[in-house]
Amino acid sequence: MNYVIIGFGVAGIAAIEAIRSVDSVSNVTLIGDDPYGFYSRPGLAYYLTGELHDKALFPRTEADLHKLNFRYIKGKVTKISCAEHILELANQSKISYDRLLIAVGARAMPLEVPGAELEGVLKLDHMSDAKLILKQARRGKTAIVLGGGITALELVEGLLSRGMKVHYLLRGDRYWSNVLDEQESRIVEHRLREEGVTLHHHAEIIEVTGRSGRVAGVRLLNGPMLKCDLVAYAIGICPRLELAKQTGLKIDRGILVNEYLQTSDPDIFAAGDVAQVYDPMSGRSILDSLWAPARQQGHTAGLNMAGRKTAYVKAPPFNVTRLAGLTTTIIGTVGRGRDDDLVGIARGDSETWRQLPDSMVAQTGFEVNRLRLLVGEKTLLGAIVMGDQNLSFPLEKIISENVDISPIREKLLMPNARVSDVIAEFWTSRQ
Amino acid sequence: MSFLGIFKRDVDKHTVLASGQVVPDPARCVQCGICSYNCPIGIDVRLHAWRGDPVRHSQCLTCGECVARCPRGVLRFEATDLFAKGRS
Repeated sequence: MNYVIIGFGVAGIAAIEAIRSVDSVSNVTLIGDDPYGFYSRPGLAYYLTGELHDKALFPRTEADLHKLNFRYIKGKVTKISCAEHILELANQSKISYDRLLIAVGARAMPLEVPGAELEGVLKLDHMSDAKLILKQARRGKTAIVLGGGITALELVEGLLSRGMKVHYLLRGDRYWSNVLDEQESRIVEHRLREEGVTLHHHAEIIEVTGRSGRVAGVRLLNGPMLKCDLVAYAIGICPRLELAKQTGLKIDRGILVNEYLQTSDPDIFAAGDVAQVYDPMSGRSILDSLWAPARQQGHTAGLNMAGRKTAYVKAPPFNVTRLAGLTTTIIGTVGRGRDDDLVGIARGDSETWRQLPDSMVAQTGFEVNRLRLLVGEKTLLGAIVMGDQNLSFPLEKIISENVDISPIREKLLMPNARVSDVIAEFWTSRQ
Repeated sequence: MSFLGIFKRDVDKHTVLASGQVVPDPARCVQCGICSYNCPIGIDVRLHAWRGDPVRHSQCLTCGECVARCPRGVLRFEATDLFAKGRS
């Protein structure tokens, strides 16, 4: 049996580990085109701020990878011939497969305005991007950040820690409007201002201007020019669908897969950011750009490839991140609608967070400790916890296990309810 | 009152140091490596988080650096059962 995996992210590694847990004999080959190999992409944010150096971002040493016993090919797959079960690489070599996993991830949406190709217009996708940002950031100079979601703030924090004057341009009227509510947006924006960031709302750039091939400024839709030395953007990501399209696999926003991570070709699987996974519970196919689901999907795909039929059980999406230095946990469904700063999905995002059904909101805390719950008929559908994270642990269980919260539902929805206390007492009484 | 508060904090701290261990929640971990990077002993806390294993390393000082620095809230101190049979 020849197992081949395309993509060296966490989905790919998890798939290798899963295959090896049941098959230590067959050939496993991984083909990846990131010259740096396997590293923590979410950790790039902390490399930018200086909390880590680059070598720390690699969870596996050469020796660890060697123990997994797979052939690693640094290269790019250009063609998949499903009928013959053969892959063609950019260097014209051919690799045959019995079971194939496409785990090629997603890429940053490109900025499409005149001047976007100037030197100094930067994104944060891969290690090479992070290194370029660090190389070009200059103390005292001005940086403009565009976009939304978690990555935009990672860019802001990273550039601030390099001593740059940072202007964050929001097209809409508040930050991450399709996940956070108005209070939460304002909490984040307030902290950004305290850190010295200049925020601009309803600001859209129509052009990046340059001098001698380098960024000199940006022109806004309503006229004004802002001088700057660097433009960093994070306007969303899109799954890398070229191979799937060329192969004729069924795609939508991502590669469509069933709950066994199988594509429309029974011997080809997909996992991670590139996959749009069917969730039998909701009957929908959803994109996630989150590390834990990517790992879990890679693991499940690996088992299925190795003949251990295993359904992917989707947990409510869950992410803990830092927004303007404030630890924030997002669980389940919490928002709705569109965000003017993002096209599609962002990194560290999930489409499920934005599918707000009819629900009530219980909330408390308008300062640094903020808790918002989405209350369904009998269960909690989602939660946002900003600041003190103690309740994020019980809330994760209550939401993912569909705990019946009928005993406290009314209490939660009363005006001025002490939501944190109600949840804490409910949780303690159940232990 | 404030004196009692200080006393209680010290008791808590010493209880944790004597009987607590670092416990990871793998679902939150993104393998960034800040934990391992800051461990004064050089324990691969990140690998423990990948596997979901509490840190039972005999050299862990329970200094709390990893717990404090994790940007994703992965690590917590929990009471340990150091003398349970069958554990190395």
